[in-house]
Order: sequence, then C-alpha cells, then structure tokens
Amino acid sequence: METILTVNHLTKKFGYLTAVKDLSFTIEKGNVYGILGPNGSGKSTTLGIILNVVNRTSGDFNWFEGNTSTHEALKKVGAIIERPNFYPYMTAIQNLKLVCKIKEVPATKIEEKLQLVGLWERKDSKFKTYSLGMKQRLAIASALLNDPEILILDEPTNGLDPQGIHQIREIIKKIAGQGTTILLASHLLDEVEKVCSHVVILRKGEKLYSGPVDSMLASHGFFELRTTDMEKLEALLEKNASFGKISRENGTLTAFLKEEMNAEELNKMLFEKGMVLSHLVKRKESLEEQFLALTKNN
Amino acid sequence: MVRLLQIEFIKLWNNRASKILIISYFTLLTSIALIAAIKFDIGPIKFHLAEIGIFNFPYIWHFNTFVTAFFKLFLAIVIVSMMANEYSNKTIKQNLIDGLSKKEFILSKFLTVVSFALISTLFVFVVSLILGSIYSDYDELSIVFSDLEFVAAFFVKLLGFFSFCLFLGILVKRSAFSLGFLVIWQIVEGITTGLLRWKLFDKDTTEMVMGFFPLQSMYNLIKEPITRLEAVQTVADQVGEEIILDYQVQWHEILIVLGWTAIFIYLSYALLKKRDL
Repeated sequence: METILTVNHLTKKFGYLTAVKDLSFTIEKGNVYGILGPNGSGKSTTLGIILNVVNRTSGDFNWFEGNTSTHEALKKVGAIIERPNFYPYMTAIQNLKLVCKIKEVPATKIEEKLQLVGLWERKDSKFKTYSLGMKQRLAIASALLNDPEILILDEPTNGLDPQGIHQIREIIKKIAGQGTTILLASHLLDEVEKVCSHVVILRKGEKLYSGPVDSMLASHGFFELRTTDMEKLEALLEKNASFGKISRENGTLTAFLKEEMNAEELNKMLFEKGMVLSHLVKRKESLEEQFLALTKNN
Repeated sequence: MVRLLQIEFIKLWNNRASKILIISYFTLLTSIALIAAIKFDIGPIKFHLAEIGIFNFPYIWHFNTFVTAFFKLFLAIVIVSMMANEYSNKTIKQNLIDGLSKKEFILSKFLTVVSFALISTLFVFVVSLILGSIYSDYDELSIVFSDLEFVAAFFVKLLGFFSFCLFLGILVKRSAFSLGFLVIWQIVEGITTGLLRWKLFDKDTTEMVMGFFPLQSMYNLIKEPITRLEAVQTVADQVGEEIILDYQVQWHEILIVLGWTAIFIYLSYALLKKRDL
C-alpha cells in the first residue's frame, strides 16, 4: 500500500509546555483517518507541523515516502485548518484564482469545485460578506482545487449551525466516496465515527491508540436484556463463564461478554432454561464509549 | 519568478486601498512637472521656477530624484500593509499550507518591492527627460545623459527603504504600528546623532558614524540639491558665505544601503522561518 505521510517521533514544545510528545503514525492511501482528542491534546499542532506552519522541536515527518520537499508535497494536499483564511476584500473567484497560482494548477477547476460546495451563485461576492458556513465551504472548495491526494480537515464543523454541519458532512462523505484519503481532526466523535475507518487518539500530546476503528478496544461487545424475572436472569448470567461485568439500570440488564457469543446462541440457551426475553440487543461500544474508556485518567 | 509576481499582483490590485495609494503615488511622481508652472509675477518681482535652472540637464537628475523621493511614503504604507495584512488575515498561514515555501513567500514580497523601485525609477527618468527637453538650456546628448548616477542612487534608495518597510511589516505584524515604528526609528536616529555630536565625536566623525544607520544612509545617497543652484550660490556669495559640498553620489554609500537591503530581507526570512504561525 502506498504511504502518504509518515510521522516519526515528532515532538513540539512551547516553552515548558509539551504540545506533542514523541508522536508516530503513518497514513496510507485510500483510508479515512480521524485524529481524536480532547481540546488542547495537540491535534492542531500536529497538523500545523506536517503543514509547514509550525516548527517541530524534534523528530521528523515525510510526505509521499520522502521523495519531495514539504512545500512541493503540499501542492498535492488540500488542507483547512482552524478557520478559513482568505483575503476578505477579494471575491470567491479571485481568491480561488490566487490559490491556483500558488498550487500551480490551471484555473479550470474553479467552477466545478464551487458547484460542488454550492457557492457558484455567490462566486462574485466578496469573502467578507460570507457567513461562517459559506466561508468553510469555500475553504473546502479551495482545498479541492488540485484534486488532492489527501484532504486534511481540522474541526471542519466548528461553530456551524446544524444545517451547516450537515452540509459539510455531506461534502466530506461525497469526497470520501470518491476514494480520496482524508485526515480529519475533531473532538466530535459521531463525526469521526460516521466517516473514519482509522483513528489516532491523542491525549496531552501523547498517542494512546492508532489503528482501525474496529479494533480500538479488544472487546466482544455486550448484550442488553429485558425479561419479567430480572433477578433470575442476573443470577443465571453470573454463573455463566462467558460474561464479565453485569449491571442493571432502568429495568435493563447489561452484560459484557468475555468471549465471542452471538445473540442467537444466548437466546437459545436462555429459552432452554425456561427464560423468555422481551428485549435482546447485542451491541459494540460506541466510539464515544471507547474513546472515554481510553482517554480517562488511568 | 513571474508566478510569484503574479501572486502578489492579484493580492495588491484587488485591494482598493492599495490600488488608490499606488495610483496616487504615480500621479504625484508625474505631477513634479507641475513645479514648472510655479510662477510669481508680483509687480517688479518676476519669478519663474522653471527659468532659474532647476530643469537644466544634468542638474534635473539630481533635483527630481531628490524631490520625488519624498513621495515614497505612499508606497511605504502599501508595502507595510501588504505584509501586515497577511498576518492579520492569517492568509500567510493559508499560503504556506497551499504550498508556497517560506522562501518563495519572502521572495514574492521582495520582487514586488524591486518592481516598485524599478517602476518608480523609470517614471522619474522619463518625466525628467521630458521636462528637461522642454526647459533645459542645454540639449547636447553628452550633457543630457551625464550625472545619471543620481537615477541609480534613487533606485537603491527606494529599494533600501521599501525593504526596511517590508521587514517592519513582518516584525510588528500590524500596519499602523509598523508605520509608527518607522517614525520612532527616524527619531531614534535623530537623537543618536545629537548624542554622538554632544558627547563623543566632532561633526565629521558623527556624520561618518551616522552614515552607517539605515535611514541616514538612505538619505545620504542623494544630497540636497538646492545649494547647488547657481542662483542660490550667487546669493550665498553676496552674503559672504561659501558653500562647499560634495554633491556626488558616493559608491560606499550605495554599498551601505545595499547592505541594509540584504540584512532586512534576510532578517525577514529568518523571522518568518523561526515563527510558529
């Protein structure tokens, strides 16, 4: 598989504060990556370093297997970090033409990309007249001008209203659907859960996990069960070696699995013991639950 | 190189304030021709500025480059704000992310500054040539094209000054404060001159030392041309004062200003490289 970005032992210190500590990960073509972490965990700093605007203290990184210089590589990257930054006195078209000059790509894609983000009608309005959602969409259009190998988004839905958030998500999904590699930094988990296949989890600048979303926690999931005689059910499951923690809340029993077991098997077993369930759901922990489990101070 | 200039041109030309300032600047450069129209005619006193010889070749090269150099303040505002705005709009960050290297960024600004200086010089050259050919008493080619080092000095002077402005824009990051810094720097040089003269050196040594300061060295390039006028010299003779001044452009002065230009551009680059955006 083609490697797009390799980060090796990257460290960044701001005075006494270590914003990023010995961080290593790689990004491979075709996957959608999420960088997760609470506010101040070093997400934006990491992106700033690989995008050439923040100087690293130690460690290194290389783009496209180290064959090009960083600024040449960035011409093949589309990135939006923190807030959309454009010349306020210039129109959308003028701003995008400037970006084309910097990226050394022809200006022919401007119309296509503005159509994609739904700004073609406002192409001749000055940037400063745009709403935040429109600014963010223009930033996405601008990042796509060179049909990038990888799209980097830092908190793309920050500060947007629900409609704006929805629009941005639709655009991201559309782009991910075209097979573009995406690196998405966010603290909004459902956002990452909906689009990402891989995650890097940071806390206080340190990497807690990197890899596929599915294998984040070595967990077999859990059952949510309801029946008439809850006491008997609980006693029964406690005796079974396949179950670990069992808890009861609001009339629902949650039983965590220690080994693989499917719902059918459990249902059959309980039925044979004379128990009829009124509710049976097998679930995996949501990304949020996994994330909280990983980032809690332990 | 053309690409970098195009990038800067898009940024500048779409900014209404910069556009107006640039246009006013070049209009003012041209308007030096209006001096020719200054004419007093009060009873017995007849005075026509164009006729006292200020437009004579080769003196006109000296006079025009000296006078028009004052208009450079207009472009100073444009240059300081083109740099400082990149910081306040955070577009410098976006430019770098989009794939401009820090070197290219500084180079694009420097090339713009060189273009400004070059176009101004061309303007002054052409305007002076036209004015001279109308009013000058001499029109032999050898005289017309003598003393052209003033034109070269004009170019170096603008280049040095604009590079200083560029550096201040990067250093201070706010246009108004950068211009304020420029004024304060001028005052600092003034006070230093006073102190040196008062406590340390005699007049000549003070002048020599001050010749190494950025603004003073730029000022030294083209000496004031007024006392060189025949009319003024005659008056001075009559009151028993003899004016001896070397009006020529000195090579070492040009080197000092070019040195400052290099230092300012290098410092701008070093500063940009060191900073986290």
